[in-house]
Amino acid sequence: MLSTDEIRRIDHEIALVPVRKAASIEALKIVQHHRGWISDESLQAIAAHLGMSAEELDSVATFYNLIFRKPVGRNIILLCDSISCYVMGYEQIYTHLQALLHIKFGETTPDDRFTLLPNPCLGSCDHAPVLMINQDTYRDLTTEKLQEILKEYK
Amino acid sequence: MERPLTQHINFNRSSLNLKDYQSVGGYQAVEKALTSMAPGDITKMVIEADLKGRGGAGFSTGTKWSFVPMNTLGQTKYLIANADEMEPGTFKDRMLLEGNPHQLIEGMIVAAYAIQANISYVFLRWAYKKAAWLIKHAIEEAYTAGYLGKNILGSGFNLEMHLHTGIGRYMCGEETALLNALEGKRATPRTKPPFPQVSGLFGKPTIVNNVETLCNIPHIVNHGADWFKDLSPGSDAGTKIYGISGRVNKPGLWELPMGTTVRELLETHAGGMKKGVSFRAVLPGGASTDFLVEEHLDVKMDYKSIAAAGSRLGTGTMIVLDDQTCPVGFIHNLEHFFAQESCGWCTPCREGLPWTEKILLSIENGTGRPEDLELLEMHTKHLGPGNTFCALAPGAMEPLQSGLKYFRADFEKHIKEKKCPWR
Ligand SMILES: Cc1cc2nc3c(=O)[nH]c(=O)nc-3n(C[C@H](O)[C@H](O)[C@H](O)COP(=O)(O)O)c2cc1C
Ligand code: SF4
Ligand code: FES
Repeated sequence: MLSTDEIRRIDHEIALVPVRKAASIEALKIVQHHRGWISDESLQAIAAHLGMSAEELDSVATFYNLIFRKPVGRNIILLCDSISCYVMGYEQIYTHLQALLHIKFGETTPDDRFTLLPNPCLGSCDHAPVLMINQDTYRDLTTEKLQEILKEYK
Repeated sequence: MERPLTQHINFNRSSLNLKDYQSVGGYQAVEKALTSMAPGDITKMVIEADLKGRGGAGFSTGTKWSFVPMNTLGQTKYLIANADEMEPGTFKDRMLLEGNPHQLIEGMIVAAYAIQANISYVFLRWAYKKAAWLIKHAIEEAYTAGYLGKNILGSGFNLEMHLHTGIGRYMCGEETALLNALEGKRATPRTKPPFPQVSGLFGKPTIVNNVETLCNIPHIVNHGADWFKDLSPGSDAGTKIYGISGRVNKPGLWELPMGTTVRELLETHAGGMKKGVSFRAVLPGGASTDFLVEEHLDVKMDYKSIAAAGSRLGTGTMIVLDDQTCPVGFIHNLEHFFAQESCGWCTPCREGLPWTEKILLSIENGTGRPEDLELLEMHTKHLGPGNTFCALAPGAMEPLQSGLKYFRADFEKHIKEKKCPWR
């Protein structure tokens, strides 16, 4: 079941496009924003609202890197693993993150505080290594800075 | 030296709002174009200026616009700014988006007028949170000031503009895949023809241009085609936003005349290599371009000169490979990216890129075999131009084929010594 607020926001997107289905990505974003991830139930509810099959919507949802079809933690850490960050040592940052959080890429801490994911180039290559946590970008990372940065996220 | 695109960008101040932008001559090009020029005149001017697309392929912008059908009163057409910037090592559009969002919006309005499009989108990469906020705000300001909406400046021209933020996939930057993403589908590319200029978003004529390309438009309209050509002493017109990342003293971005040499960029602007490391090679225009090495340092960074040296200008943002970084590991990192981002639509790329990645990993880890080098060579042919549905796979092969050429001895050493000499 979609909430009235979700439906209101999805309908706003539907009004902007010539066919309902074209709002599918926006609808996934809206529901994920409210619920953190897209469960099978959410997927079915969105698909029904857009007049498409759940399978078709799932093929869209699973295509994109940032629609989560599994539960994630309260805070998402995206560590850039692309070329400039490779040269500037993202691997040390990853090793250090693993030591601090005891999780690997693709995992969530047992207290649901963090999910750690690798991510392609974050567009700050002149300040590599780089990571994002939720909406925030951290550049020129060093292992010393990590602990301070993580403190901000509860 | 003129720097039209970045002259008003100053990151020690906040980004330019509408008033700031107007106070430095902003929106004069919209006024001039919409009130005193015919759409066809603008396209002609852009062709004469010899502006080439800054998104990677370098196609003439005005010529691209000229393919849009024009006897189409009342028909919907679209103009899209490609702000999906996700090529590893590329960070130039971000500066334009964050530093001066109205410049892009102004370029889009003029471009839309030239092709008589009435709906426009900024297709923005999700990671650019600050840019999203700034663009959204700037679009609102432009509506309030009457530069967007109905009957702009009394010209009778209408234009709506929307911001679309993506949800992450390199393929969204490929222009026909971008159209599918905007239609709420998987970002797989479309067969051409029909070209988007004729049948694009929702089947309507559509132009997709890169952010930097569009930001040049107001300046060309204000100052003319000859002025634009004179910005560069070389064979390609205008300025270019060049960037450097890697182990240099001052990584960053600089707007310079088109055709600045690799050496000048590296030594003068990026301050040379960091202490203790030396230069080995550079990818001149992002992850999907061929390496250039020491002997190419005096090559001009313009379309023709770089092509003659065996590479491509691409996005103009260079990634430096130094002597402390393993070239095999470096290339493996690139191919890992391409394999992950392959959309899976065509077989050579879907199967070939993961295979390439695996071979490179085994060489890097010391379990490579001598015949693996031939296998890699084979892939550079099978995944090369003409064998795949879009340019992702051929792009992925560029650093690999040139890497096999320039770093052959390093590959062989990994295989012979059964380990990475850098680890
Ligand atoms: C896999 C792939 C990714 C691309 N990503 C981008 C991108 O992020 N931004 C961009 O402007 N062009 C990108 N392009 C190039 C576009 O397809 C297209 O050529 C460009 O947006 C046209 O604009 P221009 O003529 O102004 O350069 C990409 C191409 C491919 C094959
Ligand atoms: S070359 Fe790769 S990315 Fe392009 S269509 Fe084929 S599978 Fe998709
Ligand atoms: S490669 Fe890491 S931010 Fe670009």
